[in-house]
Amino acid sequence: MKKILVLVLALVMALSCFGALAEGIKVGIINLDPSESGYREANVRNLTETFTADNGYDATFVTAPTADKQLEAAKGFITDGKQYILVSAAETTGWDEVLEEAKEAGVKVFLFDRMIECDPSLYTAAVVSDMAKEGETAVAWLESLNLDEYKILHIMGQMGSAAQVGRSGALEEKCAAEENWTIVADGTGGDSWDPAEARKIAEAAINGGVEFNIVYAENDGMADGVVAALDAAGITHGVDGDVIIMGFDCNKWALEKLLAGEWNYDGQCSPFQATKIDELIKTLEAGGEIEGLNELNQIISDEKGFDAKTITQEDIDNYGL
Amino acid sequence: MKRKSKALSSLAELLIPLIALGILILFNLFRDPSFFGIRVAVNNAGNRVLTGNLISIIDSASELAIIAMGMTMVTAACGGQDISVGAVGAISGAVLVKILQAFGAITGPSLIVAFIGACLATILFKLFNGTLVAVFRIQPMIATLILFSCGRSIAYWINGDATPQLASPILSSIGMTIPGIPVPTPIFCVILVGVLLALVFRFTNISLYTQSVGINQGAARLNGINPVAIKLLSFALLGVCVSVASLIGISRLGQLNHKTLLVDIEMDAILAVAIGGNNLGGGKFKLSGSILGAYIIQMLTTTLYAMKVSPVNVKAYKAIVIIVIVVAGSPVVKEKIGALMKRRSGGFHTAAGKGVR
Repeated sequence: MKKILVLVLALVMALSCFGALAEGIKVGIINLDPSESGYREANVRNLTETFTADNGYDATFVTAPTADKQLEAAKGFITDGKQYILVSAAETTGWDEVLEEAKEAGVKVFLFDRMIECDPSLYTAAVVSDMAKEGETAVAWLESLNLDEYKILHIMGQMGSAAQVGRSGALEEKCAAEENWTIVADGTGGDSWDPAEARKIAEAAINGGVEFNIVYAENDGMADGVVAALDAAGITHGVDGDVIIMGFDCNKWALEKLLAGEWNYDGQCSPFQATKIDELIKTLEAGGEIEGLNELNQIISDEKGFDAKTITQEDIDNYGL
Repeated sequence: MKRKSKALSSLAELLIPLIALGILILFNLFRDPSFFGIRVAVNNAGNRVLTGNLISIIDSASELAIIAMGMTMVTAACGGQDISVGAVGAISGAVLVKILQAFGAITGPSLIVAFIGACLATILFKLFNGTLVAVFRIQPMIATLILFSCGRSIAYWINGDATPQLASPILSSIGMTIPGIPVPTPIFCVILVGVLLALVFRFTNISLYTQSVGINQGAARLNGINPVAIKLLSFALLGVCVSVASLIGISRLGQLNHKTLLVDIEMDAILAVAIGGNNLGGGKFKLSGSILGAYIIQMLTTTLYAMKVSPVNVKAYKAIVIIVIVVAGSPVVKEKIGALMKRRSGGFHTAAGKGVR
């Protein structure tokens, strides 16, 4: 009994020493709720896996869906003496005061995933996706197919969100410019990017006698909803089918459908900003300077689109969420 | 003779929903007869499937029809509605997925165990609602508001995965069609639940007890019926219905999204009960009316879609039509029509005053 007690005590002491020794770079991370989507889930996971004690960090995580809680957390981080604060903001405005406070206290701020409307000098860098480019990449891929006619069923995401605006923009522009590109039916999956709603829109189009040969859905879930409607109506899709299926986000299951030839295209929207930010912080800590920023202090994530004909299992392992 | 008049009066109770359905059918016949076309096609999986608006209506309304049946029972017994059916449906789905994931593979037996587990969990949550309503006498809408607002969070807590993917041939057989049978499986699920409930009513006195509790629970108690038990039973039945609907919802897309599974279905279910000519204040009820109501709502939606009304605007148009149906079915209008018909024919009248306490 005594022996065990001594052992336990020794262990506790050893651990506490280790804890005291493990002094890493102090980072405060403010994110949105992981239940938002598969994208956010992957994003949160990526952050927690990157900013670990083993990697030289002493990180505190806060996930809050509302702006006031996020601002509160940021203020707490400044008083705690964090060296870096990472933010994915729930709202694009209202951050100026806190960011100035951070600047005065010498805390460096990184934005990830979402931009904040403020003076670019208030943050060190923003690691974000270029949603408009995602749309352009997808439309360029579609154009490369050289179809005689583009009759598109367009399923939009949450109206007004950066992802929807960017992904819709490229397609709408193209349809306005080209004679043989038409959006024959459209609809939105709503605030929750609802696959069931997407299914209904597709069902409505099918039953209304609308002919389409392309489905341009602004995320994977909604593309899947449309596919369910096509399957129910006996319309073939994918590489050997009548209808081309396009999705966004690159969820693992979606890429697997690409590999199986049931879908045709999936556009990437990288949630893996942590790796880049980790690299930037390490550069700064080593006394270096961050390079490659644009006028808004942004670093745009390098994102690609996958074609069912060329995708490999390796791509799925590397890029699947 | 007595039997005939009974059948006639039961038909009269369904007058409003039948007229509504008739008008919808006529409207579509004049608008575009091809609306009713049904044909066979082969889908990606190589299965022959029936397609067409009618099939799509009956298929899509399945979850709603099943939940509307349960909602009718709760309405009849408690004189109020359960607005947490969608949220508890998400919980049911989360439990189902959790058990399936514990098994590792989706097979027939594992799905049955998972479904029974989900069913029990759902009944438990519904009994929580039922206890608040029956024992603590809290208004149903307030009592069920609790799970309405927190149910989806509980679902997420049970199953942390944001949208678990469950692609499997068994699930797609439930959500779409069984290979070899071109009729969508959800339609069979509605028939199954309907027949089971009808058998329960046929061989027990539950239907009568429920009505008497709904009409006057004091009198029911004096006659030896336990109102608390009857109310709890109605919630338990609703729980089973919700589990079945949830299973169909998950199978349709092969994924569980705890935020959007069966979302907003509570309102449509209450509407279906109302359109079906049931008194939302409890008492007499007709399951067939509610089922009819569910199909009317879906037919309305599909008709609007077929008329190329954008899905964003559909809700507004739907609201207008529903106001008309509900007002036409209101006691005041019914009484007026009843009186009018009585004066004309000097005898036959609709079941005005039905469910009046």
